[in-house]
Amino acid sequence: MILNVDSISTYYGQSRILFDLSLGVDEGEVVALLGRNGAGKTTTLRSIMGLTPPRSGSVQFKGEAIEGKPPHVIARKGIAFVPEDRRIFPDLTVRENLDVARRKPKNGRDAWTVERVYALFTDLEKLDGNLGGHLSGGEQQMLTIARALVGNPELMLLDEPSEGLAPLLVQRLGDQLRQLKDEGMTILLSEQNLRFALSLSDRAYVIDKGEVRFEGTAAALEKDEKTRSAYLGL
Amino acid sequence: MIASLSTFGDCVTDGACLVNTGLSGLSVAMVLFLIASGLTLIFGVLRIVNFAHGTLYMLGAFAAYWVVSRMGGTDGNFWIALAVAPLVVAGIGGLVEVLLLRRIYGRPQYLQFLLTFGLILLAADVVRLTFGTEFKLISGPGPLSGSVSILGRPFPEYNLFLIGLAIAVAVGLWLMLQRTRLGRTIRAAASDREMTSALGVNVGLLFTVVFMLGAGLGGLGGALDAGRPVTIHPIMDVERVLQSFIVVVIGGLGSVGGALLGALIIAQVSAFGILLLPQFSAAFAFVIMAAVLLVRPWGLFGRPLEE
Ligand SMILES: Nc1ncnc2c1ncn2[C@@H]1O[C@H](COP(=O)(O)OP(=O)(O)OP(=O)(O)O)[C@@H](O)[C@H]1O
Ligand SMILES: [Mg+2]
Repeated sequence: MILNVDSISTYYGQSRILFDLSLGVDEGEVVALLGRNGAGKTTTLRSIMGLTPPRSGSVQFKGEAIEGKPPHVIARKGIAFVPEDRRIFPDLTVRENLDVARRKPKNGRDAWTVERVYALFTDLEKLDGNLGGHLSGGEQQMLTIARALVGNPELMLLDEPSEGLAPLLVQRLGDQLRQLKDEGMTILLSEQNLRFALSLSDRAYVIDKGEVRFEGTAAALEKDEKTRSAYLGL
Repeated sequence: MIASLSTFGDCVTDGACLVNTGLSGLSVAMVLFLIASGLTLIFGVLRIVNFAHGTLYMLGAFAAYWVVSRMGGTDGNFWIALAVAPLVVAGIGGLVEVLLLRRIYGRPQYLQFLLTFGLILLAADVVRLTFGTEFKLISGPGPLSGSVSILGRPFPEYNLFLIGLAIAVAVGLWLMLQRTRLGRTIRAAASDREMTSALGVNVGLLFTVVFMLGAGLGGLGGALDAGRPVTIHPIMDVERVLQSFIVVVIGGLGSVGGALLGALIIAQVSAFGILLLPQFSAAFAFVIMAAVLLVRPWGLFGRPLEE
């Protein structure tokens, strides 16, 4: 397991959001994190990233405990966070957005350079000098993933990347993520779009009210109508 | 009143007086810009209104005085003081940020006011205890203490140097913010601290660096004024810092370009206003500020706050 989340509980102030939640991701896997609005998907990813540190439990990345470490330390260990609201820097150009995030890869793998992410997200190259704030929703989604990639992470936390994208763009995003997967990227993918998530994932977790309700292969979840209707409303 | 109207009229119709007054205004504008750019940079990135910014300016002047007097007070030592003073003030700023300001980021705003206001009183007392209460002057900038003739009127060489230095600082600051990775990272952190940290940037350290830079700019303003020379005392900052706050408000909180434009406007209005209505000249800056805020409440280069 490259990522091992063991029984974490996370709070916003007094209100407890995650209840002893555990999950794991193997190297090279794409794992879906599914659940309704407010189930706790974002909170789980923020807990891993150190943005909302868990109050109890542990998070191990490549065998090392990272819970309680500040986000920049966790990022430098090789985890990238792609937030659901994209969080592009509006006053920076596309290239400057990427430049801020650039880090050297730690292992000997082929580095993700600005040129290489432009080859994957071909539209971004044309927008090189445009301000982040002037991009469309779809362009911002590409940029936020590209920005995570140039940090050369070993694990990407993607929070609902398909949200708000037109069907055609969702399809393209799927192709791009599949390409990343084929190159060996490890991804924990939070989604509400079940079909999109299962088309990419090896395994899936379904969470509800901050607890894991299902864990298994994507194929098993396809068949498990009970889980799907109870926790995903499908 | 009638006399001053004619003074003003005489000056704007006399090329030499016009240029001389304009250049004097420019030299004041440049000091205002240095102070205001530090203030606006700190606000733009750290979201802290540093009411103690004038204190940093005052400390810059005292640091220059201290260096000059330690070195025997001879001419020419001022240049060493001018290089050392901003560094000393940046160092003090670093300590203040690490030990105090860090504790109040994201906390209620009255804490900023209490803390920075407390620092003003504390620093003034420490300076009084260390240097005494009498006014001080430092011996001038040696080789540049003469005047040059511009259109037949004398103009201090030092003020020309000051204008040149401030322009160089403005250009350097612009290049740093726009063309370096550090500058891009500072701009990113200014707009989204949390996301910047999630990209691997040690934002806490970055804030310290930005505060030191802002403090150093305020200190440079103080040291430059000390060489003009102005008298150095613990509340020497009152007028300059008040004007700097007006400059920042006019230019737009957080905008370095706005600080430059605001400083040029305020200093020129003061330089010519004093010819027109000497007894009311201090009010001009406020009138301009009110006028700008009526049209653009967020300042010339600022933008409406989202939160
Ligand atoms: N900053 C916050 N302060 C207080 N409560 C919060 C905060 N953010 C989220 N919550 C609450 O925590 C719970 C889980 O939210 P979370 O954002 O993790 O869900 P999610 O699964 O990502 O939902 P969505 O699909 O809408 O993004 C919700 O009940 C939400 O109201
Ligand atoms: Mg969410």
